[in-house]
Amino acid sequence: MPDRPQSGAKGLWHAYRLRMRRRWLLGRALHRRRQLVAVADRTDRIAPGDILGFMCVRNEDARLPFMLDHHRNLGVRHFLIIDNASTDGTADLLAARPDVSLWRTEGSYKSARFGMDWVNWLLMRYGHGHWCLTLDADELLVYPHWQTRCLAALTDWLDRQGQVALGALTIDLYPAGRVSEGTYAPGDDPLGILRWFDSGNYQVQVQPRMGNLWIQGGARARVFFASQPRRAPTLNKIPLVRWHWRYAYVNSTHALLPPRLNRVYATDGGMLTSGALLHTKFLPGIIERAAEEKVRAEHFADGAQYASYYDRLTADPVLRCAASTRLTGWRQLEALGLISRGGWV
Amino acid sequence: MSLGVVMLCHTALNRAAQVARHWAENGCPVVIHVDSRVPQTDLDAMKAGLADLPDVLFSPRVACEWGTFGLVQATILAATRMLEQFPDVSHVFLASGSCLPIRPVADLKAHLAAHPDTDFIESVTTADVGWTVGGLNKERFTLHFPFSWKKQRRLFDAYVRLQRRLRIQRRIPEGIVPHLGSQWWCLTRRSLEAILTHPDRPRHDRYFRRVWIPDESYFQTLVRRVSTRIESRSLTLAKFDFQGRPHVFYDDHLHLLRQSPAFVARKIWPQADLLYRTFLGEDDQNRPAPNPGKIDRLFAKAVERRTRGRQGLFMQSRFPTWGRGAKCSAGPYGVLAGFDELFTDFRPWLTRAAGARVHGHLFDPERVQFAGGETVFKGGLSDSATLRDYNPQSFLTNLIWNTRGETQCFQFGPGDVQDIVWFIAEDPQARVFIVSGAFAVPLWRSGMSVAEVRPLAARMQKIEADLIARLESPWTKAQVRRWTLAEFLENPAEPLQQLLDDLNPRSSHRVTDLPQLVPLRGFGDFVQDLRNQGMLPVLIGDIDASLDTAPETLPTARLRVVR
Repeated sequence: MPDRPQSGAKGLWHAYRLRMRRRWLLGRALHRRRQLVAVADRTDRIAPGDILGFMCVRNEDARLPFMLDHHRNLGVRHFLIIDNASTDGTADLLAARPDVSLWRTEGSYKSARFGMDWVNWLLMRYGHGHWCLTLDADELLVYPHWQTRCLAALTDWLDRQGQVALGALTIDLYPAGRVSEGTYAPGDDPLGILRWFDSGNYQVQVQPRMGNLWIQGGARARVFFASQPRRAPTLNKIPLVRWHWRYAYVNSTHALLPPRLNRVYATDGGMLTSGALLHTKFLPGIIERAAEEKVRAEHFADGAQYASYYDRLTADPVLRCAASTRLTGWRQLEALGLISRGGWV
Repeated sequence: MSLGVVMLCHTALNRAAQVARHWAENGCPVVIHVDSRVPQTDLDAMKAGLADLPDVLFSPRVACEWGTFGLVQATILAATRMLEQFPDVSHVFLASGSCLPIRPVADLKAHLAAHPDTDFIESVTTADVGWTVGGLNKERFTLHFPFSWKKQRRLFDAYVRLQRRLRIQRRIPEGIVPHLGSQWWCLTRRSLEAILTHPDRPRHDRYFRRVWIPDESYFQTLVRRVSTRIESRSLTLAKFDFQGRPHVFYDDHLHLLRQSPAFVARKIWPQADLLYRTFLGEDDQNRPAPNPGKIDRLFAKAVERRTRGRQGLFMQSRFPTWGRGAKCSAGPYGVLAGFDELFTDFRPWLTRAAGARVHGHLFDPERVQFAGGETVFKGGLSDSATLRDYNPQSFLTNLIWNTRGETQCFQFGPGDVQDIVWFIAEDPQARVFIVSGAFAVPLWRSGMSVAEVRPLAARMQKIEADLIARLESPWTKAQVRRWTLAEFLENPAEPLQQLLDDLNPRSSHRVTDLPQLVPLRGFGDFVQDLRNQGMLPVLIGDIDASLDTAPETLPTARLRVVR
């Protein structure tokens, strides 16, 4: 391991720097709350103990109906959503839902640290003491027994285990043919089209600074980043956390501060409970979106490095290969070793 | 003769009320104790909901913090009330608010009627208890516990350590032999009365007030003083995780619970509508035969999964540190150095003979050479060398994980990317076979002049020497077998037999065919030329000129068939 200061003066200094960084993140969140304008504030309907959902979205009126229903059925009681300058029906769709509180901002996604400043603010303001689920619009959370046990059962289990956060692996799902093929209507189950995934090519390492894992791989690494694997998307996330106002997400939901929250994995050889985020990015429409994102350059710190990624995506590739696996359910994911029940029977 | 039920409740009162109604409607009087920390309004609502049932009573309330005497106090209060108010009651069953009867009440009554004088209570001497977590069993009775384990953990631990160091011990009162057991029991009126009206009771209570987790020891210990017949098992199904916390049963456990021989299960998830509907509803007709072994196995497996994980899997919730399986793959695999160079048909031969998947050079600098020349291998592993070299350990452990049940073999040599060697050396699953110096054979066959070959050979020899040094370091856990080229050529059949035995120990190898050795006539001269050029080919060994007259096919007859 390069440097993982744990004790002595070096360790104290390291801890102090992380503490400063966390405060800086919280400061940014406080500062950028002014960019948010409440469109529909129904946060008075939040009851103690409710599980809350947080999201920052842009032009997602196709994915949102199913996504919201999926997580509402799991037991998310209220969604707190930031609409970042959508131009489609997203805002109307969200404002009409009784369990959604909506904010709008025209600010730059990139300069708000890819929306995390805004989300951190909402978490700080409304998330304290709740189990909070922070997702993207193209992610569907699944976990062991999710069809028969609601999120409250999961968080109750995590509480009893002393686990304050749940890790989840992003699994890129893709269609059988070209990514533009097929039709998807709002409200449809995206898994009807996106049935395939890569089951065993995930690269795992620990990032010593904050003790979080760094998992890359899957279809995107295989197809788009084979020649520059370091740039392949990070797939490990920590979407579900029992929030405290002093916590902060560092980059997307991959890592948190304070660093102890990143310990969603067992180091003693055992396994903790973990879930998966089914990634519905490759729905029809992805090509237009990729072309647009390339121009907007709001998604990566160093956009030019990802130009070829967008270009190859725009070329309408086939992601499925002979080694692809067809998704059948969480038990399959567990058998493959992508998620785990841990000790949860 | 009738059965009375004492219920200790603190949450999900609506569910507790539902269960209390079930007991009462089946002819069992119920006394409910509600934790005094529950708001009065909630209690009033519960009372109102049960007002139509004359046989459901409430006991005075005390606070029930986990691990304290409050739970025993509550049990005593409720049980006293039960014995006073319902003189017909012959057995008292202790349950919690999250317990659910999983067999018809009539079955339980019949069971108790068949054993009228038996106390069903798990009661085990402290010396024999294996389930306590944290190492406290006997010490529960001999140390002082003034601090809360839940709220003041550090003080709790520190005070335990201090007492151990100072050898402070409480005296166990005369007549008390510490026993532990499940909190949930079913006692006869006679035994319960004997405990509650025992002349020493004030002394008992004073003592147990300072015992840790007395609800698992008060009745379990005292029943030994008064009972005539103890059946040491609980009628309540309760399962615990590896930290000693109770498991919760959900709707998807329905089938499992129906196979339990126990009468009551705890804890039930309050929103498990299906469980409550099924077990409190009509009599369950097609109940499967009891299968307690299945339940035990399921929960034992969960403990194992939580504490031991799955060997060779590195994923988002398992990433072991060094010494805990950080360098261990999912199953045995073969690393073969130098064989492919010596035989013309080694890979197909090994595939046939060992029943294994035989890859080429997986760590080739240009491209991953999967078996059959595939570009994407099982699980989505890409043949891109860049992707592999980004994290070679993940590449290899993924490959072995993805092909569980099938032995993998791959060629390895000084021409490959060597970063993975550290991992292989420490991996107890690796079976490494090296014919050292075999790299010289393709060089010789390339037709280059000795002067051209010499620097190449020297570099490869250096790399291979490093490889061997790493594989023979004190930390090596891999199984390594090594022959110099000279040793190997003396009798190739034996090392090959060894290889098959190690890679596929269970099969009886009836090897009749052997791979075809490349023609080596003239190789001895080549090695001598290398020497003459100033190189010391130590890894090749002593190749003498007799090689030049060696047969070009293997002496099949000399192959010993083992077993």
